[in-house]
Amino acid sequence: MGEKGKQYLRQLKEGILDNNPALIQLLGLCPTLAVTTSVNNAFGMGMAATAVLICSNLFISLLRKFIPKQVRIAAYIVIISGFVTAVELLMKAYLPELDRALGLFIPLIVVNCIILARAEAFASKNGPVASVVDGLSMGLGFTFALMLIASVREILGAGSFWGIPLFGENFRPALIFIMPPGAFLTLGFILAGVQKIRNTLSDRRRMDESDPDAGEEENK
Amino acid sequence: MKESSTVTSVGGAEIPALLSVSPSPHIHHPDTTRTVMLDVIFALIPAALWGVYIFGLRVLWVILVSVVSAVLAEAITQKLLRRPVTVADCSAALTGLLLALNLPATVPLWMCAIGSAFAIIVVKQLFGGIGKNFVNPALAARVFLFAWPESMSFFTAPGARLGLFDFSVKADGVDVVSTATPLASLKTGIIPEVSIFDLAFGEVGGCIGEVSAILLIAGGIYLLVRRVITWHIPVAYLGTVALVTFLFPQGGAGATFMLMELFSGGLMLGAFFMATDYTTSPITPAGRLIFGVGCGLLTVLIRYFGGYNEGVSFAILIMNTLVWYLDRFTRPRVFGGGKNGKK
Repeated sequence: MGEKGKQYLRQLKEGILDNNPALIQLLGLCPTLAVTTSVNNAFGMGMAATAVLICSNLFISLLRKFIPKQVRIAAYIVIISGFVTAVELLMKAYLPELDRALGLFIPLIVVNCIILARAEAFASKNGPVASVVDGLSMGLGFTFALMLIASVREILGAGSFWGIPLFGENFRPALIFIMPPGAFLTLGFILAGVQKIRNTLSDRRRMDESDPDAGEEENK
Repeated sequence: MKESSTVTSVGGAEIPALLSVSPSPHIHHPDTTRTVMLDVIFALIPAALWGVYIFGLRVLWVILVSVVSAVLAEAITQKLLRRPVTVADCSAALTGLLLALNLPATVPLWMCAIGSAFAIIVVKQLFGGIGKNFVNPALAARVFLFAWPESMSFFTAPGARLGLFDFSVKADGVDVVSTATPLASLKTGIIPEVSIFDLAFGEVGGCIGEVSAILLIAGGIYLLVRRVITWHIPVAYLGTVALVTFLFPQGGAGATFMLMELFSGGLMLGAFFMATDYTTSPITPAGRLIFGVGCGLLTVLIRYFGGYNEGVSFAILIMNTLVWYLDRFTRPRVFGGGKNGKK
């Protein structure tokens, strides 16, 4: 694998874990809270956003030398909304049920800050291939975050996973988890958990780095 | 505060804590968190006993499970978070008791445990423990338990006398007769068919600890006399509800409607015992008055126009979130300083 391939792999890891758009950058929280009532919806939303991200990143990257700096945001929005409209029409045609469940949140991908953020921060400064990889990694990271939150909410709030009932008939799901307060509670706990894991990992890394130093000093 | 008995060790030599220097004032006061909490618990006991009498012995289980799980949740969380375990201050026990009094008598016992755990772990300990929660833990837990709405809004008729061993009561009207609370009929603008005396004494359906307005008022007066609470919040709260319901009755004569609204639901419990929680109410008298008026207005608005019959929980929770602002807004002028403490 060449130098480029390694870089793309690093980008993928960055988007899904180290720099996850929803869980670390805290971008796109509106759909994160609103559509995570079921794993199915979360997956659909994540995939729709990923498709838009890849296409918009590619086109913005290709056009980055032609777009005048002063009107770049407006230009990005035009490109993004074009793809959102395409995705929306495709979903209406082929996945009408999912489209009905997600409702307004599909057209609202236009103003999803993840997409504009990647356009501004990455696609406008990098080549088309790197931008497509970036769009893919950020989209997958977003999907992963949505599905993580949705799993907790669907299991606790509806007693099912991806529509399949998990518990017996006597299980009484806590409805609050598929209502808006449940979204905030779940997101809060997941963010706290993510921060805890990150802190533990960075502590361990720091210790690993400082250990040889300590050994050297002893040798002196 | 047991300074007099503790001994600190400095450089190997043990010196009595009597010699330690603390900031003024140096007047000793016997009140501790524990005495305050025990006072509140004591003031709630008559209303709780009335709940046991009117709904049956099962209520004892509801109270026991709520209190024990609150105390356990506090001890376990504090152990896990490596904080000093402070269950002896009785604040967790009080939270459990308040939660139990805010639940219907038929509530499944596992819901009591989940509610207490939510109140203590999520609302209290995760925000830093006693004195640091931003909303009332018992009320937040009650609202959280609306996750199971059918169990939370199933009220037995007064005199149901549930037995000591009726652990699980099915909410399908087979085991017990459900009843419409007075609030449910007030919501539709109809004066309920109970006498004002039955309502005040508590011969009605409702949550365990909220039905007997008279006993709750008595408990509230005890707290006022013991100076555990001040008059500002209860008077402003009840006064606002009385004024608004008198001026704008939804049905019937103003005075009757007003008395019905005052004595129904969790208003007395909320006004005397929940809204006055130290951590989640303003410290300035003016702030407390505004807090009480806000609670009263929100309660009436939710009762009139909201989705639920009762608005006390939500009203107090909403005002809880404004406490930091009320405290800042009503900050007293520093003597010799200019307006708002500025020079």
